[in-house]
Amino acid sequence: MWNYSQKVQDFFLKPHNAGPMEDANAIGEVGSLACGDALKLYLKINDEGVIEKASFETFGCASAIASSSILTDMVIGMKVDDALKITNADIAKALDGLPREKMHCSVMGQEALEAAIRNWKGEPAVPHAQEEGKLVCKCFNVTDQTIIKAIRENNLTTLEDITAFTKAGGACGSCLDEISEILEAELRRQGKGTAAASVAEDVAHNEKVAAAHAEEATGGLTNIERMQKVMAAMQLIRPQLQADGGDVRLVDISGKVVSVQLTGHCGGCPASQATLHQIIESILRMQVEPDIVVKEVKA
Amino acid sequence: MQVIYFDNNATTKVAPEVTEAMLPFFTELWGNPSSMHTFGGQVAKYVDQAREQVADLFNAKPQEILFTSCGTESDNTAIWSALQTQPDKKHIVTTAVEHPAILETAAFWERNGYTVTRLGVDEKGNLDLEEYANALTPDTDIVSIMYANNEVGNIYPIPKMAEMAKERGILFHTDAVQAAGKVDIDLAKVPVDMLSISGHKIHCPKGIGMLYIRKGVLFRPFIRGGHQESGRRGGTENVPYIVGLGKACQLAKEHMAEEQTRVAALRDRLEAGILAHVPECKVNGDPAHRLPGTTNIAFRNIEGEAVLLMLDRLGICASSGSACTSGSLEPSHVLKAMNVPFKYAHSSTRFSLCRYNTEEEVDFAIEHIPAVIKTLRDLSPFKD
Ligand SMILES: Cc1ncc(COP(=O)(O)O)c(C=O)c1O
Ligand code: FES
Repeated sequence: MWNYSQKVQDFFLKPHNAGPMEDANAIGEVGSLACGDALKLYLKINDEGVIEKASFETFGCASAIASSSILTDMVIGMKVDDALKITNADIAKALDGLPREKMHCSVMGQEALEAAIRNWKGEPAVPHAQEEGKLVCKCFNVTDQTIIKAIRENNLTTLEDITAFTKAGGACGSCLDEISEILEAELRRQGKGTAAASVAEDVAHNEKVAAAHAEEATGGLTNIERMQKVMAAMQLIRPQLQADGGDVRLVDISGKVVSVQLTGHCGGCPASQATLHQIIESILRMQVEPDIVVKEVKA
Repeated sequence: MQVIYFDNNATTKVAPEVTEAMLPFFTELWGNPSSMHTFGGQVAKYVDQAREQVADLFNAKPQEILFTSCGTESDNTAIWSALQTQPDKKHIVTTAVEHPAILETAAFWERNGYTVTRLGVDEKGNLDLEEYANALTPDTDIVSIMYANNEVGNIYPIPKMAEMAKERGILFHTDAVQAAGKVDIDLAKVPVDMLSISGHKIHCPKGIGMLYIRKGVLFRPFIRGGHQESGRRGGTENVPYIVGLGKACQLAKEHMAEEQTRVAALRDRLEAGILAHVPECKVNGDPAHRLPGTTNIAFRNIEGEAVLLMLDRLGICASSGSACTSGSLEPSHVLKAMNVPFKYAHSSTRFSLCRYNTEEEVDFAIEHIPAVIKTLRDLSPFKD
């Protein structure tokens, strides 16, 4: 059971400003059904750049609904420029705090606000992830920019923090290495040497464990054998993907790490791409070796 | 506020008869059954009696019953013993929809040099017998397949699958934690080698379990120590809980017919009532092969934690396969394995009933659930 503040419960059970707005002139949409939460924020901004009205529609848990609702209360009457200064931490604070695992709900609110204002300014409504920075977590469509912002605005110091605030790393976990690098670099930039060193230490430890596992694993195949088996398995996988309008290309085999490039139909949808990744990995694990790791590389 | 408890696959109310049976072992009969003196030793006969009661529920022999601390320990023990007794075999067959007690144990052995085949399921959550047959190899050490699934309630064809393993000389374990007391399991006929149950799913307190080990099956202890349980599990017996489990199994046998008729009818009434009054919802799992008390219903376009919290306000206890409720960020592995579309997966809500539930409770739920779903749908940006 989550330990929600009274305020979160109140705003969940009796949300203010719920529902669509007919005469909105700024709409921001973030999240998706696949991700498990989504928010559509409606604003009516007047000629002086003041937000006159705000409303929302949310698909998500209690804290997502409460975050969306309190955000609408916060921005009504604000100038657009001031609204842009609202951080996810401000939203969480207005709710008397959120459980750490739910902080990503406040991040979603802040992102929707930014998207709505961008929409009002006539800037393109490209999905957040593609707009700026580099896509790090494909399961939840999170960029390095979003991660760095979350670290800065909330003083994050651990990998778990980043997952709690942005969801990045919370599904397949294949992006965790990259997230650690971002976190370590950012902490160093902030002069938090000790925290950075401890992130680096964790990474080194995990790598050591992984290497030990790899060694432990029974006898195993020679590189040549493995390569041949992977190639044979790929010939089985490709027609299946092609039938769905997608494709996969073998890029590299390095030890037990097989790098592939996914193309076509599935390119746009992070969730289906993640499943595709899992499917390829599980086929290779069955056909070749149980501890094969599939890595996806971008075109 | 009244509590309407529809979460019996998570845990169950302790039967008053069970509590009553246990109490003397906290107050007067607190001796150690291994003691030489009469005061302690007299307790042993109650442990023996419980062993008989448990065996009786499954038509097994008392010496085939091993008491453990929980379902999870039983599962861990079964796999451990199979791997230890056949060190030259390196392959485990299980399914993608097991409880973490098996999934995580299999993953552990996978990291330690074993190969694991996880059988997939179709969109109804059912296994494919052909895929299963193909997965069995001479290297297969043990098959572990749940008797019934805790999330959607599907009952798997264990008699058939155990038979197929037996034909090939492969050990077969089943996690019957959810099936015990609800499905008639006759171990004189069903050729499983090992079977796990857990007390708290059958109206006994938490912290007691049982592993059935067929006579003649080689065994290595998972918990080493004293000579208790014929040397198969060290540790002084948890006498009150063992007595409780015996009583719970006796009651389960007496009430099995009621589970399969009255409880099933209540579940059907609840399910039909919800489906009739809430548009755009669907049942996950296979209604034709399902535990009598379980239904798993998905409501399009809303999220499960929000559903549960609103139900909680009405005193209705249920649970969800939604990401948000588990603290993980993904919907349940069972719904994912079934390929339940995201539109439905995040709101999948499990109602699991038992013999203590009443028609009034079911009708109250049917009356109030539609408004909860409508409130959340009105809030949702997804309308199609
Ligand atoms: C199918 C299944 N197996 C195992 C368990 C674990 O049982 P226990 O809680 O006694 O460890 C559960 C219960 O959560 C279950 O539903
Ligand atoms: S969790 Fe980040 S890519 Fe899967």
